[in-house]
Amino acid sequence: MKIVVPVKLVPDLVEELTIDPSGTALDTSWLRLIINEFDDHAIEQAILLKERSSGHVTIITLDAEEVDDMLFAAAAKGADKLIKLVGNFESVINNHALARALVPLVQDLQPDLILTGVQSHNDLDGSLGALLAEYLHMPYVGYVSGVSAEPGRAIAHKEYPGGLTAKIGINLPAVLGIQAAEQPPRYVAISKVRQMMKTAQIDEHEVSSVDSSGGARITRMYQPEVAERATMITGDANETSDKLIVIFQELGVL
Amino acid sequence: MATTEVSSTTSISQTFFTSLYKMADGERIRTCLQCGSCSGVCPFGYLMDFPPGRMIATLRADEFDQVLKTDSAWMCVSCLACTQICPSKIPLTVGLMTRVKEELLLSGNVPNELQFALENSQRYGNPQGESPRKRADWAVGIQPPIAILGRDRHPVDILWYVGDYPSYHPRVQFTTKALAKIFNSLGISFGILGPEENSDGDTQRLSGEHGLFEMLAEKNGRVFSKYQFSQIITSDPHAFNALKNEYPKLGISYPVKHYTQFLAERIDQLKPLLTQASQALVTYHDPCYLGRANGVFDEPRLLLESIPGLKLIEMPHHHSTSLCCGGGGGGMWLDGFQWERAHVRLSEWRVREALSSGADILAVACPYEPPRFEDAIKTVKDAGRLQVKDIAELIADSIES
Repeated sequence: MKIVVPVKLVPDLVEELTIDPSGTALDTSWLRLIINEFDDHAIEQAILLKERSSGHVTIITLDAEEVDDMLFAAAAKGADKLIKLVGNFESVINNHALARALVPLVQDLQPDLILTGVQSHNDLDGSLGALLAEYLHMPYVGYVSGVSAEPGRAIAHKEYPGGLTAKIGINLPAVLGIQAAEQPPRYVAISKVRQMMKTAQIDEHEVSSVDSSGGARITRMYQPEVAERATMITGDANETSDKLIVIFQELGVL
Repeated sequence: MATTEVSSTTSISQTFFTSLYKMADGERIRTCLQCGSCSGVCPFGYLMDFPPGRMIATLRADEFDQVLKTDSAWMCVSCLACTQICPSKIPLTVGLMTRVKEELLLSGNVPNELQFALENSQRYGNPQGESPRKRADWAVGIQPPIAILGRDRHPVDILWYVGDYPSYHPRVQFTTKALAKIFNSLGISFGILGPEENSDGDTQRLSGEHGLFEMLAEKNGRVFSKYQFSQIITSDPHAFNALKNEYPKLGISYPVKHYTQFLAERIDQLKPLLTQASQALVTYHDPCYLGRANGVFDEPRLLLESIPGLKLIEMPHHHSTSLCCGGGGGGMWLDGFQWERAHVRLSEWRVREALSSGADILAVACPYEPPRFEDAIKTVKDAGRLQVKDIAELIADSIES
């Protein structure tokens, strides 16, 4: 079973986000990137599938600061091949552009399964998995939280609203948007990651042109504005709780 | 899949046994009498399928693989009680228990809560997952302003290694600010590293992540080497232990003292400043990594007794028999895991003991302790009258502002 996992790095929300002077993008000077949480689950699901039957897992990601560390950590978990897309990317690549850039590479790799995070918090133009499936003419199932696979065929556990789960049979090759792996992403000891830094190889794949057509265009990016009806309660914990009690009493809930 | 390589002719017991011998004093493990003292004194020994003594028995019986199938080691809070009591002086805590945790961690058997703390430590340099840029935010507004060495670039006498919980934990920040007040009152020339400071890594090491410890130590070592100072002072016994005993093994060697030692040396200068009398009956909790690990017992008591009016009493467990607050060895990040198995908290035991001593204040000297003991006070019956104060807070309260 050959599995390809396209992975995105997204802004780390531990640091406060600021908007750059253009007013249409994040200020990248303090921005730190982190693996998209759903992609981390996609990697875990791929490794679980590999461990259950034999397999070969390829991780593909866009070049970015700290991306090598993420790739080496994936290798330490059990990924076999690491690829980063390099090129002269002038602006932030949207999912349309990323999907198009991945197509020739994925076609060369001829995977049985493509697992990717079902969404990321900076998706502005739909999810990567669905776009990729469209361009590759493959079937797609999203919101998947468990996969079993055999040659030519997979069963995806898809989550629906309202607490429903469906088992969906799907012919391979196919793209799955992973909501959650069957177990939380595993921990790899730093010593193992450091070992991979010495032994694992990251292949670079040149992307010559970027086509972002079809994606959304940002006209304005801004912090949430304070609504007039909100009352900000200030003071220390005791003062705040006293004021809250008065408010609750006035509303008749206390 | 453990990394201790097992060939067809040697078992996991033999290879693990051999790896223990290679550690400092590791060969002492041969002299285990199977007296069971370690298992008896261990605060969670009664819950472990394999407390330390039985672990050694399984090694001898070639059944060590059984140990790795249990979560016994994740109940270990690295409090050193077993090491202290062992008549054969076997390095049970830093040797046996920490190596077992390493083995579990390398095989991917890591409780979720601990995994988050380790991942945070790796990525953000602190186990809480706070922004590294905000590491010195506690110091905003303090007068005179606290020098951040990367920004203020002048030599200082004291490099104050602040640490994770003193930097970020809202409760422990009171201790940090109290210590800043004491340093300023004494006219100490000091500076902090702010955003350049990383977790000391000692508790990560004792929870089995030696590689992460080395990574954090190397980062701190590189930052230390950029600045001029004569010694390092810290309020965190875990950082103190790492800087004093573990960093030198990695070639990072600086004179280091816990703040209680540093202030005790200056007691003649400090005492005249302590003018606000206290009527409190105080009992002191020896932190594991100040007391048992590093033999600092007298200085904290000297400081407490120098506060006018304060009366110091001892609990039944004190000095080298002190009880653990439950935060060491990864316990700080295993609260849920350990609660599920024990349905008691070690901090509650300590709080009950402090109450029965009649004390008004439980004095501490480790940043893990105020939040742990204050949480325990909320759940122990009739414990509401007990206050938890770091020694630095009691000293600062006694200095007229």
